[in-house]
Amino acid sequence: MWCRSASFILDKQQNDTVSNLRNPPDSLTPASPPPLSMPDTLQNPNPQNNISAYYQTRAAHHAVVTSDWLAQAQAAVTREPDGAPDTSVPPVAGKPFSVIDEFNSWRKQPDLAEAVAAIRALAAVIRNCQATTMMELEIELKKASDSLKLWDATSISLTAGCDLFMRYVTRTSALEYEDFNSAKSRLIERAEKFGEISCKARRIIAMLSQDFIFDGCTIMVHGFSRVVLEVLKTAAQSKKLFRVFCTEGRPDRTGLRLSNELAKLDVPVKLLIDSAVAYTMDDVDMVFVGADGVVESGGIINMMGTYQMALVAHSMNKPVYVAAESYKFARLYPLDQKDMAPALRPIDFGVPIPSKVEVETSARDYTPPQYLTLLFTDLGVLTPSVVSDELIQLYL
Amino acid sequence: MDSRRAPRTVSDPKVRKVGFFTAPPDRSLSGPPDHRIFSFLTSPPPVVDNSSPSAGNSLSPVMIPPPRHSSANLSPLRRDSAEYFPPSASPTSFSDDVAAAAMGRGAVAASSSLPGGLGFDIAALKSAASSVPASGLTTVSVVNNFPIGISEKGGGVAVEMQNDQSTRSKSLKEKTTKAERRALQEAQRAAKAAAKAEGGTTPAAASGAAASVTMKSTKSVKPPPSLKNDSATVAASEKKGGDRPPEKDRKKEVPQPRMQYDDKSRVEKAKRRAVVKQTEARNRVELFRHLPQYERGTQLPELESKLFELDPMHPAVYKVGLQYLSGDICGGNARCIAMLQAFQEAIKDYSTPPEKTLARDLTAKIGSYVSFLIECRPLSISMGNAIRFLKNRIAKLPLSLSEMEAKTNLHSDIDRFINEKIILADKVIVKHAVTKISDGDVLLTYGSSSAVEMVLLHAHELGKQFRVVVVDSRPKLEGQLLLRRLVGKGINCTYTHINAISYIMHEVTRVFLGASSVLSNGTVYSRVGTACVAMVAHSFHVPVLVCCEAYKFHERVQLDSICSNELGDPDVISKVRGREDINFLDGSSNSAILQLLNLIYDATPSDYVSMIITDYGMVPPTSVPVIVREYRREHLWI
Repeated sequence: MWCRSASFILDKQQNDTVSNLRNPPDSLTPASPPPLSMPDTLQNPNPQNNISAYYQTRAAHHAVVTSDWLAQAQAAVTREPDGAPDTSVPPVAGKPFSVIDEFNSWRKQPDLAEAVAAIRALAAVIRNCQATTMMELEIELKKASDSLKLWDATSISLTAGCDLFMRYVTRTSALEYEDFNSAKSRLIERAEKFGEISCKARRIIAMLSQDFIFDGCTIMVHGFSRVVLEVLKTAAQSKKLFRVFCTEGRPDRTGLRLSNELAKLDVPVKLLIDSAVAYTMDDVDMVFVGADGVVESGGIINMMGTYQMALVAHSMNKPVYVAAESYKFARLYPLDQKDMAPALRPIDFGVPIPSKVEVETSARDYTPPQYLTLLFTDLGVLTPSVVSDELIQLYL
Repeated sequence: MDSRRAPRTVSDPKVRKVGFFTAPPDRSLSGPPDHRIFSFLTSPPPVVDNSSPSAGNSLSPVMIPPPRHSSANLSPLRRDSAEYFPPSASPTSFSDDVAAAAMGRGAVAASSSLPGGLGFDIAALKSAASSVPASGLTTVSVVNNFPIGISEKGGGVAVEMQNDQSTRSKSLKEKTTKAERRALQEAQRAAKAAAKAEGGTTPAAASGAAASVTMKSTKSVKPPPSLKNDSATVAASEKKGGDRPPEKDRKKEVPQPRMQYDDKSRVEKAKRRAVVKQTEARNRVELFRHLPQYERGTQLPELESKLFELDPMHPAVYKVGLQYLSGDICGGNARCIAMLQAFQEAIKDYSTPPEKTLARDLTAKIGSYVSFLIECRPLSISMGNAIRFLKNRIAKLPLSLSEMEAKTNLHSDIDRFINEKIILADKVIVKHAVTKISDGDVLLTYGSSSAVEMVLLHAHELGKQFRVVVVDSRPKLEGQLLLRRLVGKGINCTYTHINAISYIMHEVTRVFLGASSVLSNGTVYSRVGTACVAMVAHSFHVPVLVCCEAYKFHERVQLDSICSNELGDPDVISKVRGREDINFLDGSSNSAILQLLNLIYDATPSDYVSMIITDYGMVPPTSVPVIVREYRREHLWI
């Protein structure tokens, strides 16, 4: 799957774009935070149970980048060089390197998707591993990925990213015949390659989707998706003329943020309230959405409101395009809206709601594949039914 | 749930439209669709396209290959898709067609992954398929050249029709023939027959003559069998992709063309070989004459008396055959396991005759057993797959093995097949399916499927609170057995007949169905009535889950339930046992103008299936060919 990644379109141009995207190599060397014991890492560090950690992360990321974040990032970088000597007490074998801390440090970068952060963190696990046999290494890796998945069970891309990483890194028979050190270095190499591909994914998708955006078109988007933003940014940079209809994206108003970003790029934007989707659909040429997760049926799980937008678009014969990195492909198969783990989110209605009134707090919905036209992924442009084929080939 | 795929008319043109608009206005491709196809099919790409790369469009900073190039000159992605669509798709290149069909979905995916305006478009290709049977026309092209049986059916049907001398025969004949040459010959034949009939001879003689003429011409029309076999072989092996086994193996893997029971000469030949002497039923239903139908109940006593005297058949196999015949063993898994265990017995008692090799002789032996079993009851697809597995194992036995070792090898292979492909597979299916049952669900099932029963029982064991609606139908009323077992375990059940399906469906939240087989286009081939249940469920937006072990998957494509099916005893639908007062058809069941149709299976189109639960996980019906492709090899060589 990854060998066939469409990343060749990026490889062709070995210029700044890629190297800018890629993190500087020194930041890849892991910081060694104080080792946590396994029970600690296994506990869900997320105290607020009724709000999914995934949405906390999103909220943190999608808020405007502040100097606060920059300071944090700075701190993270400066901490790194002396991080290594910091481990004056080397972690005892069997006591795993804390993958959560690693993950959190990666996660702080707003441009880095959660799954990529997890992939990076897992790569660090391999590097820091004290194991002496392949089996031990694998077990440790498994533990780390399990604890990552447990950290936020509601995030589909996190789970999927971890699973894919495990498959990608460990799936080979040749590993068994090599001696441990070379096998390990091969694993690390692979892990880095995987991280790199995942990093480049957004760029690849942006490139692939350019041919679908034509001059004078009107694009409707929903919510804030970094991939979609990248797609639109690339289109704007290549001097395409198009306008964008942004939904408001209640309750966290992610659409407002997207419209801000687009306004900065001088793209004509119109902001809609979420209920105006059908009203404006007549003028729209295509619908572009991101995805929290792409499921096995080829449908997507995304921010609440995507399903109804897709339904409206479908009934008016407008194409619905999904931009999603392939690390979001998950082995899930929801049959209907209720058939998935709900990600809950508080909703602020502005006025007090009587306690007798129930509030639907689910944050995302499932869009079945028949309402989607194409999926833009870093594996290429896929029809929904191919998603399952890719997943089967990868997992089985 | 809704159908998985939107009707093609909605989404495809959109893809095309978007691509179309991507083109800068100076691009010269606004011509009519057939022009575009033509430019694609004639391999040198239009020069205009080459000279205008999309640099003018400035796709900064990387270059994406301009969308309109039809030939494979730019990027790997493009080249792939070009391979999927062979530039020269002539009617004779079966292998190409079928290969393309096998890759069908992949090809569609790849071609739609071409950004923007595809140099050609699938929809347009389809529309032009009448002139160029291009590979874009996936399923249909497969059906047309794939089973040899179908083309024969065309001929056979024509024979019968001519006998009837009905006017309808012509239209039907036209429909079933494919090649133009063939159509021409048929027309000539019809003219000849008509001339003879008018020539003042008695009708009987005329029809006889016509039939004989038809026979002759049918034979002459048929390409030499070897050629046909070859093309089929190539087609079959193309599907597996990758490394092809040597020619010899390929021949072996191709299933024999199915018998068409309206082909008189072949039926005669088959009869001479047969162990079971079956009397054919006389009133066979239009459209289903190619399927075997026998008078029931006549042969069983006679066969039972022969139990101790026959030499070629192993008693275990004989017993299983009789059990099939009498209906004591039914259900895909049960029949398959019974057959394999009988073969195990037979192999245990087998000894190689002098001057023969085990591999060859045993294969022939198994072959004769299989044809006996077919005479008792047509094989199910699952059994066909199991036989294919066994024959492969025999063929792959190392020559160095002694007879004893070989036999124990085969014995354990069969055991493993039963364990891994059936028993373990069912466990995995249950594990997956249970995750889709939640508290408060109302599950509907139709007939009696062993896999579904296990799912329900396991969910009950896990303490899930749900209710089951068992839907049943005449004449077998298999659901009652299931019902009894479920109620015995304390599951809350509702029992109804299929007539009430639309009434009961509104309270159902999930439909679980079993399947006899799942075909490569996602069609679920199952107990008759399943399609009806699935369609009603679909229209009520209830998800339909099909539980089917992967060994029942087959690479065949079937669009209807006519070309391959099984006919049951017509008497059981005309008579109700123990109810003399409503047996109104008693006297008239032998009437020449009364035709009774008791179908056993039907085909559910994949649109009505939300999910297929198999031992490889839960997959959409569109992914069946992937599983068939990826696992067929492993499946055969375990």
